[in-house]
Amino acid sequence: MSTPQDKSPAEYWKRNLRLMIILLSIWFVVSYLFGIILVTPLNAISLGGYPLGFWFAQQGSMYVFVVLIFVYAKKMNALDKEFDVHED
Amino acid sequence: MELKTLTFIVVGLTFALYIGIAIWARARTTGDFYVAGKGIHPVANGMATAADWMSAASFISMAGLIAFLGYGGSVFLMGWTGGYVLLAMLLAPYLRKFGKYTVPEFVGDRYYSQTARIVAVICLIVASVTYVIGQMRGIGVAFSRFMEVEFSTGLFTGMAIVFVYAVLGGMKGITYTQIAQYCVLIFAYTVPAVFISLNLTGDPIPQLALGATMADGSGLHLLEKLDLIVTDLGFKEYSTASNGNMLNMFLYTFSLMIGTAGLPHVIIRFFTVPKVRDARYSAGWALVFIAILYTTAPAVGAMARLNLMETIQIGPVGSPEGNLLISETPEWMDRWATTGLLAWEDKNGDGRIQYYDEAGMGERAAEYGWKGNEMTKVDRDIMVLANPEIAGLPNWVIALVAAGGIAAALSTAAGLLLAIASAISHDLLKGVFRPDISEKQELMASRVAMAFAIGVAAYFGLNPPGFAAQVVALAFGLAASSIFPVLMLGIFDKRANSSGAIAGMLVGLGVTLLYIFWFKGWFFIPGTNMAPNDAAHWILGISPEAFGAVGAAFNFATAFFVSRATAAPPEHIQHLVEDIRVPRGAVASASDH
Repeated sequence: MSTPQDKSPAEYWKRNLRLMIILLSIWFVVSYLFGIILVTPLNAISLGGYPLGFWFAQQGSMYVFVVLIFVYAKKMNALDKEFDVHED
Repeated sequence: MELKTLTFIVVGLTFALYIGIAIWARARTTGDFYVAGKGIHPVANGMATAADWMSAASFISMAGLIAFLGYGGSVFLMGWTGGYVLLAMLLAPYLRKFGKYTVPEFVGDRYYSQTARIVAVICLIVASVTYVIGQMRGIGVAFSRFMEVEFSTGLFTGMAIVFVYAVLGGMKGITYTQIAQYCVLIFAYTVPAVFISLNLTGDPIPQLALGATMADGSGLHLLEKLDLIVTDLGFKEYSTASNGNMLNMFLYTFSLMIGTAGLPHVIIRFFTVPKVRDARYSAGWALVFIAILYTTAPAVGAMARLNLMETIQIGPVGSPEGNLLISETPEWMDRWATTGLLAWEDKNGDGRIQYYDEAGMGERAAEYGWKGNEMTKVDRDIMVLANPEIAGLPNWVIALVAAGGIAAALSTAAGLLLAIASAISHDLLKGVFRPDISEKQELMASRVAMAFAIGVAAYFGLNPPGFAAQVVALAFGLAASSIFPVLMLGIFDKRANSSGAIAGMLVGLGVTLLYIFWFKGWFFIPGTNMAPNDAAHWILGISPEAFGAVGAAFNFATAFFVSRATAAPPEHIQHLVEDIRVPRGAVASASDH
């Protein structure tokens, strides 16, 4: 098991992968799950004049994508510093 | 002022701007030519990437396809944006750390094999040339419209301009020009969308207007009204019409996503930022700038469809006065008719136009005395350009949209041509066959390669295998199935070796090309297809545009198992993989052994 003091490249890579898996799960849920697989049941709910499933497919998923990339960039840059592998 | 003159002036001014910038920043060394000396800020790079990325397919074609596909058009929206998430997390930072000029260079070094590099060049050329074909179609549509000439004349004019433009510049010229192009194209896309949103709903923000209530006093939401109108004329309900079955929607979206992350002209962008940190943010900024257009597009599509239906169906369905008189067709219809991309025919001789879906309408059409759908040609690729005309917006807006469409097509065509040129001159000539050529000769070779690629693309642009966005979707499928898997395995699987990568790329590209040619004709030559191109004949209902995801699965599986069945990569390659996983430090050169 890794300790919080573990600053090895292997631990850095593991933390990177963990972050990626969490963010890519969200990526999958908002597009494939809400926008395609569950689109019909979600369309029963409306968001203003949008059926919700349709909204995820044509609007919502894209907003979430933008947020995901910035969260990843921010967290990874912090992780780089924590493991002292950032550039200058 | 007359529309044609005005369009010439607006297009001419934007051109002068791009060419001015290209000359000002003319490439002098090969480093500048390919990656602008790695000195571009992430926000600037993001904006240039967005312009590079948003091609004629995004600007001219996509909203038109959405207009006719309805909900099914979502595959383009999610597919072409979701890929950036993959790019940002799976590829961009590592490829930047690796620090080479081209994708095949990475493949060649990571898989310590010139053969792998050559196969990567082939994959890259196949995907990029297919992509340029899609662009040429868009360029032809835009030029034929604003010059008011036939489609083929428009195409040849556009071709000549792309050639001069791409050959003059290089990456640096292109990066700064593309920032200017982004500004022109996003302004041109959103201005008419805002006007039309205001007209229809009173809400100026297209993203909100699509979900707003109509301003016509009916009390209906825009989407409800659109659903009513189209279903009344036998078309599928807009907000639920699916693009094939659910599996097809799923794979189509997935192909476009991983294709985005595998397209060489997009990846090459992330070689141009100064740091790994910047590569991560660059992808985010690129997506911000792309999303501005992509979240507007569904509103543009829905509103264009609504306006088109209401232009032709002026009264209640079935009443004799309910349809547009041919003698009263608006000016925009006559103008588009000259390009041959819009056509109508009075089949029942009542002097009016009936536009409906024959299968969906069934018996009702005969009761009304209708003898078939009379809008015999409504090219999807004209919808965005025609949209401001349909909505009756001022001429300067129409001229602006033409300029924006041309900016979008030019910037992407130039970026792609650069990727093709660098693959041939840098990877094949300098990297493999003639390592001793001078920089000057390398530049010359890349220019010859560009000219050749434009010629091939123009030929197919005249006989396109689909609408611009569909051809581009094919290109993404090819990139998805050939390039993406080996790049990803190269970073995430230390055990992946040269035999695995080569076999994976060949299998992925092979099955995808086979499936596409099977239904679309060998090398897209009409009439040579082996089976009719429709859902009944596709395997499990998977369209050729969606097959890239399946090809990618073949590629992954082949590369994975062949790698494990053969010898592990040499130790210095395993170190190289460890090096590219962390931002700091130099990457051990693959040739130092």
